[in-house]
Amino acid sequence: MTEFFQSLGMNYEWAWFVATIAGILLIAFPLMLAVAYVILIDRKVWAAINLRKGPNVVGPFGLLQSFADGLKVFLQETIIPSAANKGIFIIAPIITFTVALAAWAVVPFADGVVLADINVGLLYILAISSLSVYGVVMAGWASNSKYPFFSAMRAAAQMISYEVSIGFILVCVVLWAGSWNLTEIVEAQRGHGFGIVNGFYFNLLLFPMWVVFFISSLAETQRVPFDLTEAESELVAGYQTEYSSMAFALYWLGEYANILLMCALNTLLFFGGWLPPVDWAPLYWVPGIIWFLLKTLFFFFMFSWVMATVPRYRYDQLMRLGWKIFLPMSLIFVFVISGYLMATGHFGNPA
Amino acid sequence: MSIAQTIKAFTLYEFVKAHALTLKYLFKPKVTINYPYEKNPISPRFRGEHALRRYPNGEERCIACKLCEAVCPAQAITIESEPRADGSRRTTRYDIDMTKCIYCGFCQEACPVDAIVEGPNFEYSTETREELLYDKAKLLANGDKWERAIAANLEADAPYR
Repeated sequence: MTEFFQSLGMNYEWAWFVATIAGILLIAFPLMLAVAYVILIDRKVWAAINLRKGPNVVGPFGLLQSFADGLKVFLQETIIPSAANKGIFIIAPIITFTVALAAWAVVPFADGVVLADINVGLLYILAISSLSVYGVVMAGWASNSKYPFFSAMRAAAQMISYEVSIGFILVCVVLWAGSWNLTEIVEAQRGHGFGIVNGFYFNLLLFPMWVVFFISSLAETQRVPFDLTEAESELVAGYQTEYSSMAFALYWLGEYANILLMCALNTLLFFGGWLPPVDWAPLYWVPGIIWFLLKTLFFFFMFSWVMATVPRYRYDQLMRLGWKIFLPMSLIFVFVISGYLMATGHFGNPA
Repeated sequence: MSIAQTIKAFTLYEFVKAHALTLKYLFKPKVTINYPYEKNPISPRFRGEHALRRYPNGEERCIACKLCEAVCPAQAITIESEPRADGSRRTTRYDIDMTKCIYCGFCQEACPVDAIVEGPNFEYSTETREELLYDKAKLLANGDKWERAIAANLEADAPYR
């Protein structure tokens, strides 16, 4: 895009600046729109599994429901509790939202369609998604209310626990792909299964890691069955309890942007990103971005499906799963996979 | 844990089974009634908005016996009566406080002439509280408006009384 702006007569610095801003807007606005519709899909899938119809009044098939909700929230009064720590209280949702958007900078939507093609993209995402817990913790602390505080403590412990095993799963993927760059990771998946199937999931050693990754991404985004941070029956609405109006909306947008990011990561790391499911020439006629969005949407459907199916874990069960099952399992798999790759000469001759 | 249990746990057997079930439910016909456009059938005994009925010749049925006022457990009914010019006893005031009413239906059970009845209408929400303090004129108007439905319901329910 920089070349395009250069062709309009700007010097390189300005062209780069304008192109970057344009790229950010091109990602952020469609992402916001996607979040609006993804919330609707969530509600529709949940409703359908409960044998309900879901929102269907605002606009055809309820397509404008999210915008109606957004408008309603936007017109509400922003209430800041008098005992709250005002500065932190206001900045917490902003952090959650910003961080949720920032992670998208390194996500390749198609071959070469990526805002920042940095060589440690995956590491960047891991770092950014760890930061998102700050928004929650700060909200819980600043609200000066006991339920948000409990929720924040739960969120912190939960996200740290699951990030540990997510880290090891990423190590497995990176070992196999030989790169931290998301574009190269996707390219490494081309024809991975018998030279036909695109995607690391078609691999006996990496498939269990995908299952663990999927479950961990549910925990990481605090979705059912790991939504202990906003367990309604125990904690009112969790860390969002004291929030209203746009601050509340920012949490929602951030939360769903994070969920979409996790869906995108599932797609990129295990299901071949923008590559078609099968390495077959006619399938490449469909633009890569369509494959990417379809796969991401499919994972979002799985998120909704899980939400409508399973009950919430107890907190000790959550911790047990994270530390006593996922962590040893992913550690063993890191060992087994690196051993397998060494034995089969995946890394070439040792230096 | 036995071996079978361990295998079940690590293959996520229960989860997969549960998700297969919910996937089946995803495609089942939905039970939602699209309310303002579709409505549930209601029983002839449905106890909705009150109405005061008239005889076919236009004479109001209520004879001001005040049995409904006496039986009303919420004390929502207020009646005052006077002899009319032709000597018959009639109400001068018949008020029902719909905000007090608990829709028990005792008033229509007590009524010897089927004058006060609870009709099939349940869509009479208002924007102010005052609009729910029904007076005699409102109740008679309700009776005129819903007479056909009320008469049909009473007839349908008659064999069981």
